[in-house]
Amino acid sequence: MIVAATSTKALWYLTRGSGIVSLVLLTASVVLGVSTAARWASAKWPRFITEGLHKNISLLSIVFLAVHIATAVLDGYVHIRWIDAVVPFTSTYRPFWLGLGALAFDMLLAVIVTSLLRVRIGHRIWRAVHWLAYGCWPIAVLHGLGAGSDNGQQWMLFIDLAAVAVVATAVFARFVVPATTHRTNTPLVGGRA
Amino acid sequence: MKIRVDPIVCDGHGVCAELFPERISLDDWGYPIVDDSPIDDRLLPHAKRAVEQCPVIALRLERALAGR
Ligand code: HEM
Ligand code: SF4
Repeated sequence: MIVAATSTKALWYLTRGSGIVSLVLLTASVVLGVSTAARWASAKWPRFITEGLHKNISLLSIVFLAVHIATAVLDGYVHIRWIDAVVPFTSTYRPFWLGLGALAFDMLLAVIVTSLLRVRIGHRIWRAVHWLAYGCWPIAVLHGLGAGSDNGQQWMLFIDLAAVAVVATAVFARFVVPATTHRTNTPLVGGRA
Repeated sequence: MKIRVDPIVCDGHGVCAELFPERISLDDWGYPIVDDSPIDDRLLPHAKRAVEQCPVIALRLERALAGR
């Protein structure tokens, strides 16, 4: 009995921890994606680093999300089914906030799968699906705010606010500041001076 | 194999020149100048990586035809 109780608790901690790590990774991924699209680069930070990190951090976020979802379902304390993780707004437990999580997860899967098949499916389709990232991220943040057990905590609020601030700054710089001012042109190699 | 750039699609991101300087350099405006000489097996992985990483998929690997 006691063993069952503590292991349930461990699962619950894992759900929360992996959820927070997923949020941080997803935030980093969005900022790196924006940096790639905006072509921010310097001699010390070439573009392929930004792009490579963008890809690999995205893949890593899927791993943590898998842990997040699996532990949430396996933890029997509240009843969450596997289907609740992919079909939005079907769960009996906090249907709205969990539904946002499922929605964000679906959008993320679409973005990642099309990205892995990018060269094959072509730029047009990939690009169109990739815009979903801008919907996915805020929905994931809302899901965390609404469904999280740590949302009353000051440190959790700090992480959320920091994430929003970083993404807002990057998006502002990409879309609002005129393109010519941040179009860097510092070829790392091979360029003529 | 040789590498080709589609100049209409290319956006001048310059990633390709970072990843595959053996065949691609950039002009003064940041657009690629491609050397289309054959790519041997040793260089092929770098060429493939450049094709995959181009943000707009403007690069292509083509079989080098004899006499071209
Ligand atoms: C295997 C995974 C991924 C790959 C290969 C990939 C690749 C790319 C590339 C090449 C760009 C640059 C587009 C351009 O310059 O026009 C980009 C932009 C972007 N990516 Fe990703 N991406 C991946 C996953 C993700 C994920 C999971 C997210 C977040 C949920 C994301 C969010 C973004 C954002 C916000 C942009 C900027 C879009 C813009 O404003 O134009 N990406 N990505
Ligand atoms: S990486 Fe692609 S968009 Fe950038 S310069 Fe090379 S071919 Fe053009």
